[in-house]
Amino acid sequence: MSKDKFTILKSTAVPLPVENIDTDQIIPARFLKATTREGFGENLFRDWRFTSDNQPVKDFVLNNPAFGGKILVAGKNFGCGSSREHAAWAIYDYGFRVVVSSFFADIFKNNALNNAVLPVVVSDKFLQTLLEAIQQNPKTEVTVDLINQQISVNGKSEKFEINAYKKECLINGYDDIDYLLSLNKEIREFDLAH
Amino acid sequence: MVKRADGYPDALFIDRHFIHEVTSPQAFDGLRKRGIKVFNVNRTTATADHNVPTKDQHLPIKEALSRHQVETLRKNCKEFGVELYDLGHPFQGIVHIIGPELGLTQPGMTMVCGDSHTSTHGAFGSVAFGIGTSEVEQVLATQCILQYKPKTMKIEINGKLGKGVVSKDIILYIISKISASGATGFFVEYAGDAIRNLSMEARMTICNMSIEMGARGGLIAPDETTFRYMKGRRFAPQGEAFDKAVEKWKQLPSDEGAVYDVVLKYDAADIEPMITYGTNPGMGMKVTDRIPTVEELKEINEQASFKKSLDYMGLEPGSALLGKPVDYVFIGSCTNARIEDLRLVASIVKGKKKAENVEVWVIPGSKQVEEQALKEGLNKVFEEAGFELRGPGCSACLGMNEDKVPPGKYCISTSNRNFEGRQGPKSRTFLASPLSAAVAAITGKVTDVREFI
Repeated sequence: MSKDKFTILKSTAVPLPVENIDTDQIIPARFLKATTREGFGENLFRDWRFTSDNQPVKDFVLNNPAFGGKILVAGKNFGCGSSREHAAWAIYDYGFRVVVSSFFADIFKNNALNNAVLPVVVSDKFLQTLLEAIQQNPKTEVTVDLINQQISVNGKSEKFEINAYKKECLINGYDDIDYLLSLNKEIREFDLAH
Repeated sequence: MVKRADGYPDALFIDRHFIHEVTSPQAFDGLRKRGIKVFNVNRTTATADHNVPTKDQHLPIKEALSRHQVETLRKNCKEFGVELYDLGHPFQGIVHIIGPELGLTQPGMTMVCGDSHTSTHGAFGSVAFGIGTSEVEQVLATQCILQYKPKTMKIEINGKLGKGVVSKDIILYIISKISASGATGFFVEYAGDAIRNLSMEARMTICNMSIEMGARGGLIAPDETTFRYMKGRRFAPQGEAFDKAVEKWKQLPSDEGAVYDVVLKYDAADIEPMITYGTNPGMGMKVTDRIPTVEELKEINEQASFKKSLDYMGLEPGSALLGKPVDYVFIGSCTNARIEDLRLVASIVKGKKKAENVEVWVIPGSKQVEEQALKEGLNKVFEEAGFELRGPGCSACLGMNEDKVPPGKYCISTSNRNFEGRQGPKSRTFLASPLSAAVAAITGKVTDVREFI
């Protein structure tokens, strides 16, 4: 399946300095009933974003018109809990292309990478720098350069790690399944011998 | 492993794949778009569990979206030729309960499912972990998944468990020590005589919650307890083939002196009945303890999240939980809804009545667990106590069906997650063992089970 290609992104960012944001917060279970990948964005952070009678929660950052952009900056251990890929779909569908945190849960990180959302791991210190910069001036632009694996804000920058294979996939819009399908014969032999 | 190539993750062959209605529809869509079939239908098994009602399971599902999702699973399984244990089938149940009880889960297998609690199957010495839907599609299409070798962690528990302490307390204790992210990036092996002495059911509870400390998987070396459990299971090897399989399985345990990236050791005698007070499973304590104060937190960064969590729970930092009234008791989920869990609960409850202020739901993990409970007369014990025994499914563990804890209400739950809204919007969850949940049902409040037995 062709996916978006990712090389460099310059955008304003949305701060969400909460730790251990689990996938039940990103997309609550009751919204997992769709059978397609689209439309999950409207329920992203549903129970933090809206009251039980569907009114926007005023002090939640996604309801604050000052903040916007394609980058979400969140506290450590982002995406823990359930393996629901719907969390990555919701983040993508809402319009985010990058999530920055000082630590990601494993399954979420994989799911994000499989859906053209780049998880950028930064140091605690750089995370604080980013959050402060955005909170002080919501118009602050953050640059995420995948080719050079570098994230920058206000002239300060930090290198980030990404698996070389996944980097290649993101840059070219490749899918894991393309590679696996190319191994069909070898897998068939393995299955028979097993 | 099928292939290790430079510049690519390893292509890992998957022996057993489980699917359910929530995380599979988009994967089947992907197959249709590419015009490909399921690689080997004999290696995938489906069941309906997350969405299903626990009352009137013989009737069509009332809620339209849930019904649509279960019907989509039916349609997909039929079209692609995958075996489905649908509602009403004698093998239907929570995917991580039915795999082991049917003998589909076997030592040494590689196993995946689009569900993070797939780690449960590690109790048999299998390599089992949760995956996302794109990966479900990969496995359906190629029977393989792309993986890098994880780091390894060994957690050893030695010594004798105290009175009223069961395997749920062991795992809640470990998570409270290392936090909800303490094992991220690791595969965990649980070892030590306190683990060895546990039944298979109890071992599954421990492996089940590996993901709650961030580990993709957790496993326990297979031994005589494992082989005894496997013998005679429907899809386990039979007769001579079983004996041969056991010989093979005996080769699986890690070598003496195997090196792990991290080794942690705990003394079983230090573990007491546990309960969580916050909104991630790492926020747990001995039931007799008090919640930490903000000042007691090691990291300043954590303070804001800690306060947010306790605000949500309606609890004061520094306060105790003993005696705190609860509104609901949920006994169920892939963590604690096996027959042994129901027996434990019944042993505490027999001849007693639930407190008036609580509603108690007992949700068996599978149709087979339900049948066994009826056979043993546990239903009578529950009925006399005023507990509601319903049909199998994931139920109030994640509130995808009608079983939801109302806003602001407290539920003591044998499930695995206390996240905000997990059991229903604004619901508040205390995670605990089936024993602790059972006594809370009787007293109507958080209680130290040791005062009761």
